[in-house]
Amino acid sequence: MSASAVTSRTQTRDAEAARAREILARQQRRSRAIAYLVLILLAVFFLFPIVFMFVGSFKTDTSVIADSGSLKAFVPEPFVGLENYQQAAERGNFWTSFRNSVIISGVIVGVGLIVNSLFGYALARLRFRGKSLLLAFVVALIIVPFETLAVPLLLIMSELRWTNTLHAQFLPFLAQPLYIFLFYSFFLGLPKELEEAARIDGAGAATVFLRIAAPLAKPAYAAAGILMFLYSWGQFLWPVMITRTVDVRPLPMGIAEFQGLPPTQWGDIMAYAALMVIPLLIVFIIFQRQFVQGVATSGLKG
Amino acid sequence: MSVTLRGGGSAEPTGSVRWRRRFTSEGATAWLFSAPAVLLLVAFMVIPFILAFYFSFTNERLISPRPTEWVGLRNYTRIWEDPVFWTSLGNNIVFSVVVVPLQTAFALLLAMLVNQKLRGVTVFRTIFFMPITVIMAAVSVIWIVLLNPQGLINAFMEIVTFGNFTPDWLGDPQYALIAIMLVSIWASVGFQMVILLAALQDVPVTLYEAARLDGANTWQQFRNVTLPGIRNQLLFVLTITTILSFRLFDQVWIMPDRPGGPLDSTRTLMVDIVDTGVFDGNIGRGSALSVVFLAIVLVITFAQRRLIKQEGDVR
Repeated sequence: MSASAVTSRTQTRDAEAARAREILARQQRRSRAIAYLVLILLAVFFLFPIVFMFVGSFKTDTSVIADSGSLKAFVPEPFVGLENYQQAAERGNFWTSFRNSVIISGVIVGVGLIVNSLFGYALARLRFRGKSLLLAFVVALIIVPFETLAVPLLLIMSELRWTNTLHAQFLPFLAQPLYIFLFYSFFLGLPKELEEAARIDGAGAATVFLRIAAPLAKPAYAAAGILMFLYSWGQFLWPVMITRTVDVRPLPMGIAEFQGLPPTQWGDIMAYAALMVIPLLIVFIIFQRQFVQGVATSGLKG
Repeated sequence: MSVTLRGGGSAEPTGSVRWRRRFTSEGATAWLFSAPAVLLLVAFMVIPFILAFYFSFTNERLISPRPTEWVGLRNYTRIWEDPVFWTSLGNNIVFSVVVVPLQTAFALLLAMLVNQKLRGVTVFRTIFFMPITVIMAAVSVIWIVLLNPQGLINAFMEIVTFGNFTPDWLGDPQYALIAIMLVSIWASVGFQMVILLAALQDVPVTLYEAARLDGANTWQQFRNVTLPGIRNQLLFVLTITTILSFRLFDQVWIMPDRPGGPLDSTRTLMVDIVDTGVFDGNIGRGSALSVVFLAIVLVITFAQRRLIKQEGDVR
């Protein structure tokens, strides 16, 4: 076999390989284009109601409905500036409901983080009688949905004369088995050595928790806090059951009432919706990674 | 390691006294740490839980001058004979039979799409997840406008069906539940997507490489690598979506002209519970409905646990 034959064979092989690579690259480019097309169509599907809401909040009330069947729905014309927002605040008592929601969610997140993480830490790290029983108890309670407890809870609140109050809206949601378990498994997964070293240096359990364990558990606090905020801010069932008057109603109740309040002015309602959604959107955009992770971990108990 | 050994060694001579002191003080701290949560759980979960069972056998009312009486199974037999209960339960079942597979498949598709190595793919993940941050109550009022007979959805339907199908979604008992399904999927599919995305990312890349070396095509890779790899999370998503679909409330309370309407076509168990327990003030029967609801949730949960266990046995 001559040297030239070998080189020519390698040359053809190289050429073939180059052609194959080109075909592959073209295929790749095409499939990438298709992927982007699908992604963009889906993005439109998920975004258009949100854009519709924001655009609608700047239009006259009649044109929100009148334009709702065409692409004009996404053009803020006739533009009315912040008039709808003013109306939502005045006619819809937005700020009253906003204050209530801030108090309810604030207490649930603030107190909830402390109470649930303390219990989770005790279950994961401290030795005490009845621990395994308590752990089993927490795990069992995870599957009990709030919906089962709502009716008897309503009677309890009514007997205590706590219906139509703010504290009736946060007290049942402070200690939650899911978050206790979330903290428990997080603390259990932390390396023990640091805490043990501190213990040997004479630090008490409380100090060890505050100085070492809690700071290490920031991701768990972020995930739990975000979930608590998300669910408490959107809570609707319990306020329907327990609130009677505007002065204690949170935002989801507020918008449902406002929407049913004649005359129905859609521009104002869209403004109301936008205002109540913006805080969550901001939290979401800032803490996106933690937000998504938090929601994903809430699904890890399976 | 050496630290613990040293600690144990030095504690040896003075022995049990110091050990016990530390142990009891640790026990006290532990109870101090646990007490707030335990008390809250007992007050707002355990007691209502027990009361739900107790009240379900009584004629307890929200406001009543008459004393509470034991009525045995009467609440349950009345529920059994009540056509409205069966309508509600039926709606829940139809809803979950349609939405659970659809939404899970959709979520898996979305998760796989955003799991690709493409530039800017995280932006799409963000967008697909965004409806989660729009509270259901707000979602509901936005979609009331979108679903009105002259709204955007019908403008789209007009193009797709050449004007043959533009119903009054929320006003027609035939289509109201379908509209609710659409809204529910739009609003919450991102939740299932992120769980499945996390699952997909845990499937070892080497498995795909091995499959490709064996000549497996995309579909075979999906069937034989992806699906088994995310089996448990998939089962979890199916379970939680089923449970969520039995908890359906906000949308059906807000979107139709009256809760659960028109003609009870979107009435759900939760609407039934709220109507009975709150607006009729019938705590006894409301509690019985709650117990039935709990039974359904438990059956779904245990079915999932068994499926996951079976998998564990096989391997």
